[in-house]
Parts: sequence; structure tokens; C-alpha cells
Amino acid sequence: MNWPLIRRNGRNGANGNGAIIHMDGITKVYDTGKVKVEALRGIDLSVQKGEFVAIVGPSGSGKSTLMNLIGCLDTPTGGQFDLAGEAVAGLDRDQLADVRNRRVGFIFQNFNLLPQISAFENVEMPMLFGGVSKRERRERACELLERVGLGNRMDHKPTELSGGQMQRVAIARALAMNPDILLADEPTGNLDSASGGDIMTLFKNLWEQGGTLVVVTHDMALANRAGRVVEIRDGLIVRDTANAA
Amino acid sequence: MRLKLIFQLFLRSSMLQKKRAILTVAAIAWGTVAILLLLAFGQGLKDQLMKSRRAMGLNIAVIWPGETSRPWKGLPAGRPVRPIADDVEYLRQRMPDLKGVLGEIHSWGTTLTYGRKTVTSHVIGTNWIYGEMRNHIPQPGGRFFNPIDEAEKRRVVFLGNKLATDIFGKEDPVGKTLQLNSSPYLVIGVMKPKLQMGNYAGPEDDHAVIPITTYIAQYGTQQLNNLVIQVHRPEEMPEALKRFKEVLSAKYGFNPEDPKVFGIWDTVKGSEIMGKMMLGIELFLGIIGALTLLIGGIGVANIMYAVVKEKTREIGIQMAMGARRSWITGPFVLQGLIYTLLGGACGLVIAVTIVILLSLIPTGGNQALAFLGKPTLSWPIGISTAAILGLIGLLAGYFPARRAASIDPAETLRYE
Repeated sequence: MNWPLIRRNGRNGANGNGAIIHMDGITKVYDTGKVKVEALRGIDLSVQKGEFVAIVGPSGSGKSTLMNLIGCLDTPTGGQFDLAGEAVAGLDRDQLADVRNRRVGFIFQNFNLLPQISAFENVEMPMLFGGVSKRERRERACELLERVGLGNRMDHKPTELSGGQMQRVAIARALAMNPDILLADEPTGNLDSASGGDIMTLFKNLWEQGGTLVVVTHDMALANRAGRVVEIRDGLIVRDTANAA
Repeated sequence: MRLKLIFQLFLRSSMLQKKRAILTVAAIAWGTVAILLLLAFGQGLKDQLMKSRRAMGLNIAVIWPGETSRPWKGLPAGRPVRPIADDVEYLRQRMPDLKGVLGEIHSWGTTLTYGRKTVTSHVIGTNWIYGEMRNHIPQPGGRFFNPIDEAEKRRVVFLGNKLATDIFGKEDPVGKTLQLNSSPYLVIGVMKPKLQMGNYAGPEDDHAVIPITTYIAQYGTQQLNNLVIQVHRPEEMPEALKRFKEVLSAKYGFNPEDPKVFGIWDTVKGSEIMGKMMLGIELFLGIIGALTLLIGGIGVANIMYAVVKEKTREIGIQMAMGARRSWITGPFVLQGLIYTLLGGACGLVIAVTIVILLSLIPTGGNQALAFLGKPTLSWPIGISTAAILGLIGLLAGYFPARRAASIDPAETLRYE
């Protein structure tokens, strides 16, 4: 079975206009008891299938909070959030875990690979959670590692790989469950410019194949490659512009 | 499928560092050794106590005649009741449900002479069934006297093992002739040494037993000092004692309800009390052992807490990739169980070795050693220890795992 590298068409119930992410008046308040921190103060954001969106903004602007919400690592305090047409509000922890597993592929600044297991096993891990059969897991993991150019490094542990290679393993892992959206948090932040350039090219390829990508970054070179740049400041979207291709 | 997943995740999670693993397993092993040995000593003590009680005879009651304390059918109170040797047969015919009944006549001042050696000792005339009922088992090469010896009033004597040694030293007494108050008796057997707690007529290894018929002929008395009855099952004893009084009341004329006519030692009752006491001792030992084991379990939990803390980010990563809560907790619980069971297995091996080594130490007639030096491991002990171990293992894994599941992935993933 030859899976597509990234899903082109939304699965069940993507709403009519094909929005993968649909946020309406999203707020997020961190209540630490004494102080209430309003991290997001009413975000309206729609990301269509096949878009490549860069989210930029200074530290403390709320973009990390937005990332957590989009990735279903956290739930909003208020507002309506649909991911691939499904309302996220009211899901319990295990249901959120399932949503992350099926719909979201995470890529982190510090790679976040599991250190004790090989590149191959790292890529296999989300499929283990997704209940994919052993044969399919093997095929898919091999195929993905080949595609990111690490076909000859499958049995290496993360510590035996360079930063760029680790990030490519992480991308292969993010793609493993064929997610609706790739969510990257400063993916080039810990890489030298050459490796960073490789990752940017990989992202661009994924976009051209029809994938949906949301990238939080400081890196303007990466942001400029995206199709659309959303700037956040003090918990609000202050700019939302399409990049000239 | 989900259990398989948890097992796969467990295989992929890193194991403890060697030093931690060894410490963890050692703590559990120590606890296991403690609980197993305590229970084994308890069991050994119980076995020896039960054995020593049975040494006097299983399900027996000893009955001493006394005198009446209530008037009966015109007869005044204060009359002595004196059963005689023939009453044994009288009782046996009227109480066919008994396992056995016997009468005893005692002489405490008989001289026993062999060659130039003379001792004064305790001689009992009784029925041939005494050997079996009262656990007088002959050493190899000898026998207890039989119905024919009794019927023909043969001059045969069965010796307690200590008495035999006193008289004969290292010689084999069987087949030798012994003078009892100057009458020659053939020694037909010597009692096998037995561990015994309690008796009603002096130490049993230090008396001589002859057929009651011979005794009557030699000593000229047929009044019984006491009777002994034996029932098949413990619960039959109260009814048997009631019937016993009724039968003799008919013959001797006393109120069967009169409590003073017979002094009775019902060993069945004693066994029940002993059983309850032993249960108490076993519970006590078990609780001490379980507490020791619990400390080992806390050690496991503690180390696993540290592991959870160290692996916070890895757990966060797995959560981001869609691991449900039970898939995070499962491997930890499994790990706790495995360390506990590994420690338990080590402890079992050590405990069994110690028990085997202790059983090799000869008790050498030392009563304290005879009672305490025989720890015994049994299936109930093994099963209850395994159950406690399993429970502690589950708990040791569960609490750290719960901590792991409460990790907030959003918090852990972003920062190094």
C-alpha cells in the first residue's frame, strides 16, 4: 500500500469551505490563583486545506498558546474551535489524545525524539498508538525515512544523528499517521543555516504536494516561504497577509 | 491489543539504571525473605505444637473418678465412685461409637531391677489399645503388648525410652528380663521418642506399661486411677462424655449431671484454643512480614517517582503523539510489578535456602530448637506472600504512573 506522504483531502466531516482549522473568538486565560493571565484575547483564524501558514510574533505574544490549542495539547477557555470539522471543546483527555494522534503531526524546535529508541522506532511510535498493523507500520516508517533521506540511518539512535537529521526523523514521525495538519514550532531554531535550509525545502515540498502546514517561527526566511503570515501581538492577530509567491 | 501495546511500550521504555534496579530488587527480596521466614517459623511452630499435642493421643479425654456432690435416689452426697478394670469392657459394649476406651492403674513406687541396676519407677497397668490411643509407638525391633498378652496375663513390659536408657544404657532392652518388684517381666518394646507437651501422669518416656490383667494379678487392685476415651471426630466428644456419665451412673448410682463425680481433661477443647492462639500468632507474624515488605514496596515506588520525573519530557512527547493515559501509566505499572516480582523471586530462593539449611541443623533433644528450629514453607504461605507481593507491586507502580499521567504535555515539550 502506497500511502500519500501527506493527506490532500480532509477526512470525515471537514466543513463545507474546507477549513482544517476554524477558530472563532478563541480566548485562553491562565488562572494561577492570584493572577489571571489573558494569553489569547479573541482569535479568529481559519486555515484552509493545503495552506502553509507562518505564525510570527514576539515572545509572550501568545503564539505558543495558540500552537498548543491548535495541537490539542490544551483546550481554549472560550470561543469555538473546530479541527477538521470536529469541535474540540468538551473532549476528554483520551479523546484529545486520539485527535492528536490522527489529525496533528508535531515538529519541535528541540526535535523531542525519544532518546532510547532508534530513528525507525521513533517514526513507528505514533502508528503504535494509532493501532496500525505491524506490517503497515514497518512499510510506512521505512518509506517515510527514505523520503526524508535517512533510509540508511534507520537503526541509529537520535544521539548518533546530527541536528538536521534528527529534525528530519521528527518530520517523518509527524507524517507517520498521515495527519490533517503539520504543526511546527520553531523547526529551524536549533539548526545551522544549511540544515535549516534543507528543512525549509522539505516543508515547501510537502506544501506543494497539498499538505497543510502551520509553522510558528522567528525565522523570517522560513516565514517568507509560507503562503500566508499571521502576526500575533498581545493575544490578538494584528496582521494576516498572503505572501507573494 | 491494548495490553499488547502497553507491553510493547514497556519494552521500548528504558529500564532502570543498574544500581537502582539492584537496590529496588534487593529491598523487595529482603521484605520477601522476612515475610516468608516469619510465616515459615510460625508454621513450623504450629506443626510442632500440633504434633506434640497429638503425641498424647488424638481426640482423647482423660477421666478421673471422684466423689458425688449431689444426693441421688436416696443416696447421700460425698460417696466415692470407683470404677474397676471390668468397667472398660462394660463401657465398650455400651458405647460402640467410641474409637476406643481404656482404663489405667498406676503404681509410682515399683522397683525395676536389671542385673545390678535398680531404679524406682512409675508402672501403669492398662489395656492393649493404649499403645495406639496414647501414641506409644515401639522402636524398630519391639512391639506394644497385644490382646493375647492381656488375655493370658503375660508378664511383658513396654518401657519409655528414657527409662529404658536409664536401666539398660546402650544395651538393647528388647528380649531382656526385668524384675518388677522381684517378678520377672520380658521387655517387649521401647517407646519411640516423641515430642510432647503436657501429660497427666508424669513424663511418658519415664514410665513402664504392662497389661492391666497382669497388673491386677501382681498388685492385687483393680480400681482404676483413670479412664481414657477416644472419639473418631472432635465434634463427637461432648456427646461421648455425656453418654459415658450416663452409662456409669446406671451402674454406680449417681446423678449423671453431677459435675464432681469425674474430673475430665477434654483435649479436644484444648486443641481448639491452641488453634485459635496459633492463628493469632500467625496473623501477628504475617502482619510484621507484610509491613517489612511494604517498606520494600515504598522503595520501588520512590525510585519509580524519580524515573517519572526524569522522563517527564519523554512522557510529554508520547502524549503529543497521541498516547492515551493508560498507555502512559501501563508501562510504569508493569515495571513496578516486574521489579517487585523479581525481588519476590530472589527472596523466595533465599528463604527456601535458609529453611533447608535450618532443617539440616540437628535439634539434639533441645526443646526450644525442637519447637522453633523447624520453619516450614507451605502453599498457603507461598500464595499469600505472592498475593501481597502482587498488590504491593501494583501500588508501587500505580502511584508513580498516576503522577506520570498528570503530566501536562504542553508544559513539558517546549522547554529543555
